[in-house]
Amino acid sequence: MTVTQERPAVEVADHQQLVTLKIRRYDPEVDPEANWQEFQVPVEKGDRLLDALHHVKWYLDGSLTFRRSCAHGVCGSDAMRVNGVNRLACKVLVKDLGGRDGDTITVEPIKGLAVLKDLVVDMDPFFEAFKSIKPFLITSGNEPTRERLQSAEDRARFEDTTKCIMCAACTTACPVFWNDEAYFGPQAIVMAHRFIFDSRDEGADERLEILNEKEGVWRCRTTFNCTDACPRGIQVTKAIQEVKRALIFRKV
Amino acid sequence: MIKAKSLTDARSQAGSNNELTWWIFMRISGLLLVFLVLGHIYMTFIQVSESDATYDAVVSKLSNPAWKFYDWLILVLAVMHGVNGARYSIEDYVRSRPNRFWVKGVFFSVVGIILVLGTVGLFSIR
Repeated sequence: MTVTQERPAVEVADHQQLVTLKIRRYDPEVDPEANWQEFQVPVEKGDRLLDALHHVKWYLDGSLTFRRSCAHGVCGSDAMRVNGVNRLACKVLVKDLGGRDGDTITVEPIKGLAVLKDLVVDMDPFFEAFKSIKPFLITSGNEPTRERLQSAEDRARFEDTTKCIMCAACTTACPVFWNDEAYFGPQAIVMAHRFIFDSRDEGADERLEILNEKEGVWRCRTTFNCTDACPRGIQVTKAIQEVKRALIFRKV
Repeated sequence: MIKAKSLTDARSQAGSNNELTWWIFMRISGLLLVFLVLGHIYMTFIQVSESDATYDAVVSKLSNPAWKFYDWLILVLAVMHGVNGARYSIEDYVRSRPNRFWVKGVFFSVVGIILVLGTVGLFSIR
């Protein structure tokens, strides 16, 4: 069912354009079914999708629920499915989503995790997978009295995967994850990659064994959805393939 | 999902699957099949003219154990490669455990029969 706001015509200033936000609404206390709701939002040239969502929440419908914190693409709270692909609402400009007069932008919660309300999903399975690959430095022997030194080359080996902000855009873009929550998902493998290829870490064997599980890296079908979805530009599929290679040749 | 406290735990929980072996098998069999099948197409349709491709000619060629093995290799590799690919799809898309069990059971049985029939047919040629 599609509900359209019945309000007086929105005032649009000269420098603004009117776009339609089609948002997937869900509130189990009101309606057990999720449905689409459309909002007319005036946007400026530099407006991000998050600004448009704020306009809805602040001026049109205060019950709209979504996560956001830093609003600058660092905290990773506001991943959502925009026009069918996963994006951070704070990193994507409305003008890059079509965003011309009269255009419609669809906004849905990320897929594969249970929706709690509107655009908010239950992230617990996602964090479970993250925890299971031991996302912390594993060392043996005595603690050094100073920093653990590392050469620039050794650091560069895992540079790409240190950029992860855990927004879940990659994991919830993965068709395998949509159908099987038991799969670790791209994010957990990216985080494992970050430690496996760290020269200071000694837990590589352990993490590789964990990822060698039935629901581990071998479920990956290299569809590259994760790489497309990553707002940080991490080569996610490449990282997964590097973990596979490390498993085959047992060399990090 | 694995909740291992140590490497030994992780190994004992993860060691029970052959996904790594199957993944490598898919790469090798795929590569082999390209050459085996291309060779087979060349020998069957290009090297031999249409009038020469009689039943007797095929039977006499297959009486050679080397050609028997060549054809059998194509049969086995293609079937295993296809079965494993379909298993991946079933595991990706059939969500409920009982359904997955039945779909896999029926599928493996049918393919098993095809494999046995093909092998019997090939080796009954003298």
